[in-house]
Amino acid sequence: MTTTPSQTVGPFFHIGCNKMMVSNLAGPNVSGTHITIEGLVLDGDKNPVPDAMIEIWQANSSGKYAHLEDEQDKLSAPEFRGFGRTATDQNGRFRFTTIKPGSVPGLEVSIQAPHLMISIFMRGLMKRLVSRMYFPGESTNTSDPVLNLVDPIRRETLIARAKENSPESLHWDVILQGKDETVFFDI
Amino acid sequence: MSAPIRYRRPLPGTQPEYLYPNYASSIKRAPTQPLVSMPHTLSEITGPQFTEEDFKGSGCDLTQQSSAEPLGERIIVSGNVLDENGRPVPHTLIEVWQANAAGRYLHDVDQHSAPLDPNFTGCGHTLTDAQGRYRFVTIKPGSYPWHNHHNAWRPAHIHFSVFGPAFAARLITQMYFPGDPLLSYDPLFNSIADKKSRDRLISVFDWDTTIPQTALGYRFDIVLRGREETPMEEPSGKRRKK
Ligand SMILES: [Fe+3]
Repeated sequence: MTTTPSQTVGPFFHIGCNKMMVSNLAGPNVSGTHITIEGLVLDGDKNPVPDAMIEIWQANSSGKYAHLEDEQDKLSAPEFRGFGRTATDQNGRFRFTTIKPGSVPGLEVSIQAPHLMISIFMRGLMKRLVSRMYFPGESTNTSDPVLNLVDPIRRETLIARAKENSPESLHWDVILQGKDETVFFDI
Repeated sequence: MSAPIRYRRPLPGTQPEYLYPNYASSIKRAPTQPLVSMPHTLSEITGPQFTEEDFKGSGCDLTQQSSAEPLGERIIVSGNVLDENGRPVPHTLIEVWQANAAGRYLHDVDQHSAPLDPNFTGCGHTLTDAQGRYRFVTIKPGSYPWHNHHNAWRPAHIHFSVFGPAFAARLITQMYFPGDPLLSYDPLFNSIADKKSRDRLISVFDWDTTIPQTALGYRFDIVLRGREETPMEEPSGKRRKK
């Protein structure tokens, strides 16, 4: 059957999407390393994008997704759904607090480095952009099967930076065009 | 663990392109580098699941959210969410938002001169049932002007956000109305090359769901990406005869 095509989310998504906005994914009782992620969304002129919607999808700290298809024999965290959604503010900033996901199997025997799945929607995009955020200083990044599909020069656009003396506060920008344009995936 | 069964890739022309100069806002926001194609792993074939609990206080009847009813033509919008293999998508979250009957959004960015309706927010939520069916009661949204080009008007539409069974099947789209004269002029509707896919966005007037003396019915089925079925399996699970 023919699938239903995407259309832009438009500038008024808050009306329908505010209800499910959650920027703090993990309460104090959720096990794992609690982290904050801040970032900027910039357009082709490096101007901030004040009307973007960002969604994240992630595994829990043991690397298990809260979903029936994840049959891994790992600890699940009932109080952790692993879904976040926020909108950029008028300075194009977004912010999440969550826990660092554990690593998730790739295909065959490969293991994926810890990562967040990212969906980006905005006026001006006819369909969502998909990206991934990885973690700095993570040894398994070098063998991650998805990072290895990316041109080495552009790989670091997918790896967050940690603020000097606080490894739990991470910064990851979404650059829509031009120099250091973020890598987006065709999934 | 067996390799996850992948979701099918969209056929060329069945989805809009990112860079689409007829849509002025895409010029500075569409990515300029080619996308990196990647296989589907557990991260893409899983996705967030929701329950009624998650959207308490917002429901599927947008005409009953205030002390009085909103102005405008009452309509019933209903249909099925299924995947391209014909399998229903049960218990999936649908969020909708729309302008009021005058074509005005309850949003401070919307400075269109049409009046707001104190009895209408334009926001609705529902989950599909076990057979993948959904139903909203609302009012027909008005068309509204925008600044994409001289004398630009959007055809009447309702925004739909559907989570589907997996990250890979996530969809945000817009539902249009049959016979709307603005459709042929709308760059967003016309951003899809394939006519059959494009026409999927137009709801169908439906006597069966029309309620006499009350509301007109429109059917809008939503077809999400489906898995690349194992060759031996028919959509309904029967083994294909050799
Ligand atoms: Fe709209």
